[in-house]
Amino acid sequence: MRNSNPMTRRCLMASAGIAFGLAAMLPAQAQETIKVGILHSLSGTMAISETTLKDTMLFLIEEQNKKGGLLGKKLEAVVVDPASNWPLFAEKARELITKEKVSVVFGCWTSVSRKSVLPVFKELNSILFYPVQYEGEESERNVFYTGAAPNQQAIPAVDYLMTKQGGSVKRWVLAGTDYVYPRTTNKILEAYLKSKGVAQEDIMINYTPFGHSDWQTIVADIKKFGSAGKKTAIVSTINGDANVPFYKELGNQGVKASDIPSVAFSVGEEELAGIDTKPLLGHMAAWNYFQSVKSKANDEFIAKWKAFKKDPKKVTNDPMEAHVIGFAMWVKAVEKAKSTDPDKVIDALPGIEAPNLTGGVSKMLPNHHITKPVFIGEVRADGQFKVVWKTPGLVAGDAWSKNLDGSKDLIGDWVTKKCGNFNTKTNKCGGA
Amino acid sequence: MRFVKDRLGAFLLALMLVLAGSAAHAAGLDEALEHFLIDDFGEVETGIGKVAASGDSRAAMVLEALKEDRLHYSPEKKSVYIKDKAGKLFSAATGQAAEGDTPADLAAVDTNNRLRGVIDAAIGGLSLLAPSPARRYESAQAVFKSRDEGVLPALDAALAKETDTRIKRAMNEARAAVILYSEGASEAERIDAVAAIRVRGDQEAVNALAGLPADTPPAIKNAARDAIAGIHSQLAVWTAAQNAWYGISLGSVLLLAAIGLAITFGVMGVINMAHGEMVMLGAYVTYIVQDLIRQHNPALFDYSLLMAVPLAFLVAGAIGILIEQGIIRFLYGRPLETLLATWGLSLVLQQAVRTAFGPTNKEVGNPSWMSGAFEVGHLTITYNRLWIVVFTLVVFVALLGLLRFTRLGLEMRAVTQNRSMAASMGIRTARVDALTFGLGSGIAGIAGVALSQIDNVSPNLGQSYIIDSFMVVVFGGVGNLWGTLVGAFTLGIANKFLEPYAGAVLAKIAILVIIILFIQKRPRGLFALKGRAVEA
Repeated sequence: MRNSNPMTRRCLMASAGIAFGLAAMLPAQAQETIKVGILHSLSGTMAISETTLKDTMLFLIEEQNKKGGLLGKKLEAVVVDPASNWPLFAEKARELITKEKVSVVFGCWTSVSRKSVLPVFKELNSILFYPVQYEGEESERNVFYTGAAPNQQAIPAVDYLMTKQGGSVKRWVLAGTDYVYPRTTNKILEAYLKSKGVAQEDIMINYTPFGHSDWQTIVADIKKFGSAGKKTAIVSTINGDANVPFYKELGNQGVKASDIPSVAFSVGEEELAGIDTKPLLGHMAAWNYFQSVKSKANDEFIAKWKAFKKDPKKVTNDPMEAHVIGFAMWVKAVEKAKSTDPDKVIDALPGIEAPNLTGGVSKMLPNHHITKPVFIGEVRADGQFKVVWKTPGLVAGDAWSKNLDGSKDLIGDWVTKKCGNFNTKTNKCGGA
Repeated sequence: MRFVKDRLGAFLLALMLVLAGSAAHAAGLDEALEHFLIDDFGEVETGIGKVAASGDSRAAMVLEALKEDRLHYSPEKKSVYIKDKAGKLFSAATGQAAEGDTPADLAAVDTNNRLRGVIDAAIGGLSLLAPSPARRYESAQAVFKSRDEGVLPALDAALAKETDTRIKRAMNEARAAVILYSEGASEAERIDAVAAIRVRGDQEAVNALAGLPADTPPAIKNAARDAIAGIHSQLAVWTAAQNAWYGISLGSVLLLAAIGLAITFGVMGVINMAHGEMVMLGAYVTYIVQDLIRQHNPALFDYSLLMAVPLAFLVAGAIGILIEQGIIRFLYGRPLETLLATWGLSLVLQQAVRTAFGPTNKEVGNPSWMSGAFEVGHLTITYNRLWIVVFTLVVFVALLGLLRFTRLGLEMRAVTQNRSMAASMGIRTARVDALTFGLGSGIAGIAGVALSQIDNVSPNLGQSYIIDSFMVVVFGGVGNLWGTLVGAFTLGIANKFLEPYAGAVLAKIAILVIIILFIQKRPRGLFALKGRAVEA
C-alpha cells in the first residue's frame, strides 16, 4: 500500500476538507482503505477474554475514522475468528496478510497462540501488536508487545508484598495453571525471591490443570503452608475460569485476605464483572491499568467506551488499554513513516510515544516492549480495584529477564543491533 | 437498623460520660481521629492504635466503620465522618448528624489488607465484653492472632466475667498466646503458655508456636518445637479423614455430572456429546432465576436454587426431547454418526448461549446456607460441598425410585432390555425413547444448578465435565446406575488421595492411565450387565 503522489495531495486536501467541514469530499476517499486485521477468538474457551478486545479495536478504528482516518484514507477493520484453536490462529493470520492484505494485525491472547502465528508474521513480514501480559523471554522484529513483561507486573507485585504496607511477606505460594506463562513467570519469581534471601522451604509451587474446579486439597495445603509463623502470600498465575472456584474455596475455608493475601496477574475487571465478589474482597491484582484510576484520559475513554457498547455497565481492563496504546503508537508511526509499508513502520515505531490512560506517556522501546506504570489494586465489593500502591514512574519492559541464568545477558535491540537476542557478554546476536 | 440502634446507645452512653464530667476520653478520640485526615497508610495505622487506646465508647464503632469503608474525611473541614448504611453522615467525634451540606472534598479513609488485619486486632481487643457471644468468641480469636500485650488487662477482665465455656477456652488460649510472646513474662509462664496452645492443636496453634522470634530463650523454643511436632502427628490422622471427605465431595460432583449420561449413554446407548451443554443450560437457568429474583424480590434469594431445580429440569428435559425427536431418533444404531451429530450440536448450543448471553461468566451467587464452613474436630467442611453431596444422593435415589417403581421406569427398562418384545406388548417405544432422553437431559440440567455453585457459569461450563462423565460411566459399567455411583466415588477418592503426593496435574493423568488399564482387563467396567441386553 504505497501512496502515489497525487494520492498524497488528495489526502492533504481531504484533511483540509474535514477541517473545514467539507465532508462531501469523503466518499471519493472511501474507495481505498487501510485494512487493520483483528485476530481475536470470538468462539471457544478464550472468547470470554478476547471478544472484548475485538470490540475495543472496532471502537478505536471508528474513533480514528471520525478524526479523518489515516493518511487521508479510512481504516477498515477485518475481523476473523480463530476460535481458540492454536493452529487456526496461524491459518487466519496468513489469510489476513495474504488474502485481505492488512497493514497490521492486532491480536492473540495466550502465549501459545502468539507462538503459533510468529512464523507466519516473520515469513510474510507483517506487524503484530500483542496486548496481553506475558512471560517475556522473547523479542521479535515483527511483534510489538504492549502488555506487561514479568518485570512490569510480577516483580513489582512481589516487591510490594515484601514492603511493610504489603504485609512484610516472608513465605510464598506460587500457584499457577500448568502452561508456559505461569511456569516461566514462576521460574523468574523463584530466582528473584532467592536472590532476595528467601529460603527454598519458604516457597511452595503448585500447578493445576486448565479449568481446575476442585481446589479443596490445594487450599487446605496453602492453609497448612501458611501456618508456619511467617506472613504468607499467594502469587497467583491461575488462568481464566479456574480463578472463581479458587477464590470461592479460599473464602469458604475461611482464608481471609488479611491472613493470607493473594495477588493475581490474570484477574481483572472483565473477569470480576461476572462473579460474586464477596469471596475476593481484599485480594489483590497487579496490572498496568485499572478502570478505577482517576485521570482525564481514562474518564473520557470509559465514557466513550460505554457509549460505544451502549451498556453503562461495561468495564474496561488492562489488555484493552494495551490496545489503546498500541493502536495510537501504530497510527503515529504510520504518520511518521507516511506509509503503511511494514518495514518502514517497524523502523518508525521504536521511540514513538503515546499517552496511556493512567496519565503518563508510554514509549516504544528498541526491544519492542513499552514503558508502563505498575499498580497494585485490592478488589472492592463493586468488582473494581482500589489502588493501594503504584510504582513511582514508568517501568521499561525487559524482553529478557535479568533474573534467569539463561537470559540475564541478553537484550533485544531492533534499532542499533537489529537483533532480538543480543548477548552483551559475547557481543554476538543469537542467544546465550 | 442495628447500626442506628448501636449509634443511639453509644450516643446516650457518650452523653452520660460527658455529663459525668469525664471529657478526657472524648479528647483522646478527637486527637486520634486527626490521624485519619492524612491520606497515608502509616498515619491511618497510628490513628487506629490511638482510637483503640482512647478508651472511648465510640472507638469500636469508628473502627467498624473504617473496616467497612464507611469512615470518611474532609481535609478542608478537618473532620472525620461515619457514613451509615443509608449514606447519611455523622460526625465520628460526637456521633451527631453532620450539619450543612456534604463537604465537596469528602473521601473514604483508605485501608489495605494489612491495615484491615490491624483493625481486626483492635476491634478484637475492644469487643471482648460485647453482649453477643459470637462477637466475644470472634474477638478472642482475633486476640489469639494479634497477640497484642496491651489487651491483657481487658482480657483478664473479660475472663473473670465469662460464663460460656467455649468462649472461656478461646480466651484462655488467647491469653496464652499473649503470654507466649510477652518478653516481660517469666520463662515458666511462657512454657505453660506453650502447653495451653498445644492443647488447641490446630493450624493456628502451629502458626503461633512457629512464629516465635529468633531471640526467644532456647527452653521456650524447644518446648514450642516439641509442641509443634505433637500437633503435626495429631493432624496427620485428620489429614487422612480430610482427604476422604474431599474425595467424597469430588465423587459427588462427578456422579452428579455423570448421572444423566448414565441414562442417555448407559441405558439408551446414545453417545451424547452434548450432555455437557445440558449441564450448562441448567446453570444458565439458575442464572436467569437469580437475575429475576434480584430484580423483583431480593428477599427470596435464599430460595433461588430450590426454584431453579424444577425449572432447569424442565428446560433441559424439553431441549433433550427436541434433540431426540429432531436428530437422534434418525441415527439409532449408528454410533459414529450420533457422536458427530451430537458433538456438532454441542458447539451450536455453546455458540447460541454465547450469542444470547455474551461470552463472559455470569454471576450466580451462593445463598447464605451454602456459604462458609464448619469444623468437625480439625476437619473443615464447607457448606456448599456438603449440600452438593446431599443433593447428589437425593437425585440418585429419586432416579433409582423412578426407574424401579413408576410405569415410565418399567417401560424404559423393558425397551432397553428387549425392544421388539416391548413393542409387541404395546409399549410405544419411540415415545419411551424420547422421554428417556428427556429424563437424562433433565437430570443433567439439575446437575447444572448444583455445579453453578462451585464453578463458573459460562458457555464452556459443560466441556469440562463431558470427559469426566464418560470416564465415570464407562468405568462404572455401562447400563448400571449403581456402577456409576461406585465408579464416581472410587475415582473421586482415588484422585484426592493421589493429589497431595503427585499434584493435581499428575493425579489426573494417573487416574486416566489407571482407567485405561482397568478397561483392558474388564472392558465392560466395574459392574458389567449380563444377559440378553448385552448382545443386543
